[in-house]
Amino acid sequence: MQRRLLRAGAVMAALLVGSAAQADWQFNMPKGVTDISQEVYGLHMLIFWVCVIIGIAVFGVMFYAMFKHRKSKGAVSSNFHESTKVELAWTLIPAVVIFAVGVRATFTLADMYDVDNADMTVEITGYQWRWRYRYINEADPDAEVDYFSSLSTSRDEINNRLAKNENYLLEVDQPLVLPVGQKVRFVLTAADVIHSWWVPELAVKKDAIPGMANEAWTVINEPGTYRGQCTELCGRDHGFMPVVVEAVSQAEFDEWLAGKQEEARQVAELTNQEWSVEQLVERGRGVYQSACASCHQPDGSGIPGAFPAMTGSPIVTGDIQGHIDIVFNGVPGTAMQAFGDQLSPVDLAAVITFERNALGNNMGDMVEPIDILNLNASE
Amino acid sequence: MTTTTHDHDHDHAHHGPAKGITRWLYTTNHKDIGTMYLWFSFAMFLLGGSFAMVIRAELFQPGLQLVQPEFFNQMTTMHGLIMVFGAVMPAFVGLANWMIPMMVGAPDMALPRMNNLSFWILPFAFAMLASTLFMDGGAPNFGWTFYAPLSTTYAPDSVTFFIFAVHIMGASSIMGAINIIATILNMRAPGMTLMKMPLFVWTWLITAYLLIAVMPVLAGVVTMMLMDIHFGTAFFNAAGGGSPVLFQHVFWFFGHPEVYIMILPAFGIVSAIIPAFARKQLFGYSSMVYATASIAFLSFIVWAHHMFTVGIPFLGEAFFMWSTMLIAVPTGVKVFNWVTTMFRGSMTFETPMLFAVCFVVLFTIGGFSGLMLAVAPADFQYHDTYFVVAHFHYVLVPGAVFSIMAAVYYWLPKWSGKMYNETLGKVHFWLSFIGVNVLFFPQHFLGLAGMPRRIPDYALQFADFNMISSMGGFLFGASQLLFLYIVVNTVVAGKPAPAKPWDGAEGLEWTVDSPAPYHTFSTPPKID
Ligand code: HEM
Ligand SMILES: [Cu+2]
Repeated sequence: MQRRLLRAGAVMAALLVGSAAQADWQFNMPKGVTDISQEVYGLHMLIFWVCVIIGIAVFGVMFYAMFKHRKSKGAVSSNFHESTKVELAWTLIPAVVIFAVGVRATFTLADMYDVDNADMTVEITGYQWRWRYRYINEADPDAEVDYFSSLSTSRDEINNRLAKNENYLLEVDQPLVLPVGQKVRFVLTAADVIHSWWVPELAVKKDAIPGMANEAWTVINEPGTYRGQCTELCGRDHGFMPVVVEAVSQAEFDEWLAGKQEEARQVAELTNQEWSVEQLVERGRGVYQSACASCHQPDGSGIPGAFPAMTGSPIVTGDIQGHIDIVFNGVPGTAMQAFGDQLSPVDLAAVITFERNALGNNMGDMVEPIDILNLNASE
Repeated sequence: MTTTTHDHDHDHAHHGPAKGITRWLYTTNHKDIGTMYLWFSFAMFLLGGSFAMVIRAELFQPGLQLVQPEFFNQMTTMHGLIMVFGAVMPAFVGLANWMIPMMVGAPDMALPRMNNLSFWILPFAFAMLASTLFMDGGAPNFGWTFYAPLSTTYAPDSVTFFIFAVHIMGASSIMGAINIIATILNMRAPGMTLMKMPLFVWTWLITAYLLIAVMPVLAGVVTMMLMDIHFGTAFFNAAGGGSPVLFQHVFWFFGHPEVYIMILPAFGIVSAIIPAFARKQLFGYSSMVYATASIAFLSFIVWAHHMFTVGIPFLGEAFFMWSTMLIAVPTGVKVFNWVTTMFRGSMTFETPMLFAVCFVVLFTIGGFSGLMLAVAPADFQYHDTYFVVAHFHYVLVPGAVFSIMAAVYYWLPKWSGKMYNETLGKVHFWLSFIGVNVLFFPQHFLGLAGMPRRIPDYALQFADFNMISSMGGFLFGASQLLFLYIVVNTVVAGKPAPAKPWDGAEGLEWTVDSPAPYHTFSTPPKID
C-alpha cells in the first residue's frame, strides 16, 4: 500500500511540474465566440470574484483566530455570544451584493430567451446516440437539408487498439454548418429519451426532450470549428454523441447548402432508379456503420443479452416483409428505433439489403428504394 | 451523577440488554438501534465507495479499460443511490437515535417499537437494491436522479425492484422522522424549553419535518413510474400525452429539500463541536435556529434550479434564480456564526475539531460553487458537467460525511466508554483532507473546461485532471479503511474514557457515565 501511494505521489508531482511547463491546461470556462458567451463568461468571473473576496475575508478571520486564539498560546476565551448589529450587517451586506449580481444576470437571461427575428432555423433532434439536423426551409420543402451527425472516432481508438487522435470523441461524420453573423434559431426535441445539446464556445445548452420543442439561438462572430457534447445522461452511449459546429462565412455557407440541396434532390432521383443487389449492399455498408453498428456491432455479432446479432438472425434471414417492418417501425419500448423517418428510402433499402447479403448472411434477395417509397406512401 | 450510576446498576439487574442476536433483532433501545444504524451506514459507505473506486479507476485514463459503458452507468447510479439513501441518511438517523434522547433528557425515543421496525426494513431495501446488479439487463443505469423516460420506457427490468426498494427506504425515513418529532416535542425533561435545546436537536427537528413533507413526494414519483411501466399510464410518456418534464418537477420538489436533509443535521453537529473545542459559547444561537428554519422553508421554492436548461419560461427561470441566490444568505449567517464562535476562543484541535473546522472551510467552498450555479445564465455552462459533480461532492463529502466523522470521534467515548487513539485520528483526518481535495478540486476545472458528467470516457484535454482526481479518490477510499480500524480498535482495546472527555463540552449527554448506561434519564434530569 505504502509503496503504491508513494508511486502515485511521485506521478502526481511529475504531473504538476509538467503542467507548469506545458501551461496548456484549461482551468477556466472558455470566453467563447458569441456576444452572449462573453456576457456569460463575464458573469461567471464576477460571481467567482465575489466568492473569492468573501472567502478571503471569512477564512482570513478564521485562520487568524485558529493561529492566535489557541489554548496552547495561552488564549483565554471571551464570553460574547450575541450582537444584533453584527448579525444584521452580515445578513444585509451579502444580500446587497447578491442582488447586484442578480440584476445583471437577469438582463443576460432575458437576452438568451429572446429568440425573435432569427435569420434561419435549424431543428435539432436527439436520438440514441446521435444528432439530427434539419434546416427548415419553408419556401421549398423539397430542398430541405436533413441529416444525422454521429461520432466518427473509431472503436479501435476507444478500446485502446489505436492511438487516439487529437479530436478523440469530439469528432463527427457531418458537422452542423452555420453561417457567421446570422441569428440562428434552434428548435430542439428528441426522439427517444432526453438529450442535451451543448457547445461551450456558443454558451448554448438546451435539453432536447421528447414531445417538447425547446428554443435557443446564437450569432457566431468568428468562423471556426466548435466542439461540444451531449450533457444529459441518455443511456449507454451518452459519452459518445458529440456536437460539432462548423461556422463559415455566408458565401461558403450558401455554397455548402446548395450542394446539400442538390444531394437531397439526387437521393430523390436515386429512389426511382433501378438497383442491383451489389449496388445496394455497397451503399448499405456505410448506412449500417453509421446507423446500426453501435448496437448490433460492426460485424453484426450484437451484444448477447442486450442487442441481437444480425448474423443468422431469424428476422434478417426470414421473410423480407418482417425485416422491412422492424427496421421501418422499430420495436417500441426497446432501443430498436423506427428508422422509417430517419433514413431515406434509398438508405433503408440499402441497409436492409446489406444486412441480408453481408455480415455472414447470404439471402440473395433485395428490396428496392421504390418499394420503400410506396410503403411510405401507404403508411 | 451518583443517582444515574445507581439507576444503571438497578437496570442491569432487571432489564438490561438481552443476550445474543435477539438483543439486536428485538431491541427497542435507542442506543442499540442507533448503533445498528451507524454500522449499517458505514457498511453502505464502503459499498458505495467501492463503486466510486470502479468509476475513478475507469476514468483514470482516456479510453475504455476496465468496464463497459452499460456497467459504468450502473456504477454511477448505484454509487449515488447508496451514498445518499444508505450512507448519509441512516448515519444521521443513527446519531439522532443515540443523541437526541440523551440531549433532551428523555429515557428513550417516543415510539421504540416503530424505531426497531424503521431500522430493520432498511437491510431488506438495500439487499434488494444491490441484488439488481446480478439481474438480467443489469442494475438501474439511469442516474440517481432517474429521469424518465430513460428510467421508464427505456429502463432495464430491474427498475421495478429499484422502485420497491425506494418505497421501503421512504417508509423507514418517514417512521424515523415521526419518531424524532414525537420525541423532541413530547419527551423533553422539565425545563428544557425549545430555545434551550442543543442545535443538533433543533436541526434534526426541522429535518424531520422536511422528511415528512418530501418522502411522500418521492414515493409518489416512483409510483407514477411504476404505473407507467406496468399499468399503461403515461404520466411521463410524451407519446401518450404525458411529459418527461413533469417527472423532473416532481423529483426535484423532493430532491432539493433532500439535499438539505443531508446537511442540516451536519450543521447541528458542527454547532456542538466548535464551541466545545473553542471553549466558548456558540455565537448567535437564536439566529442559528432562525437561519435553519429559513433554509428549510426556502428549500421548497428553489427546486427548478436543477432544471435551468429544461426550457422553463423566462419568468420561472428568473424566479428560481432569485430564490436560489437568496438561500445563500441564511447559509452565510451560519458560517459567520461558526467563525465568530472560534474568534477569541481558547482553541485546541483534537480530531473532532479538525473535522469540524475542515467542514466549515470546505462546505463553504461547496456553497460558493452553489452560488455560482444559482446564476442561471452561467449555469447553462456549468449544468451537467463535472463542475456540478465537484459542487455536490464538496457539500456532501467534506460537508455531510466529515460532520458524521466528527460526530463519531466526538461521541465515541460516550458510546463505547473508550478513548480513540488521537494520533491515528489525526492521521485519518489529514489523509482524508488531502484525499478529498485532490479528488474533487480538479473536477471544478474539468467541468469548466467542458467535461460532461456521467461519461465513461472523455476527450484528451481532460486526461491530466482526471488522473489526479482518481489518485485523490484512491487515497480517500483507502483512508476510510483506517477509520474502520480506528473505531474497531477503540471499541476493543481503547483506554477507558471519563464521563466528560472534552473539557469545553456542554450538554446533558456529558452528565451520564461513559459508556452511557443502557438506560439513561429514567428519572428526568433537572435543567436550570
Ligand atoms: C470515496 C469517495 C467518493 C468518490 C471517489 C466519489 C466519486 C464519484 C464519481 C466519480 C461520480 C460520478 C460522476 C459521473 O456521474 O460521471 C460520483 C457521483 C455521485 N456521488 Fe460521489 N464520490 C464519493 C463519495 C460520495 C459521497 C460520500 C456521496 C454522498 C453522500 C456521494 C454522492 C454522489 C452522488 C449523489 C453522485 C451522483 C450520482 C449520479 O449522478 O448518478 N459521493 N461520485
Ligand atoms: Cu438544489
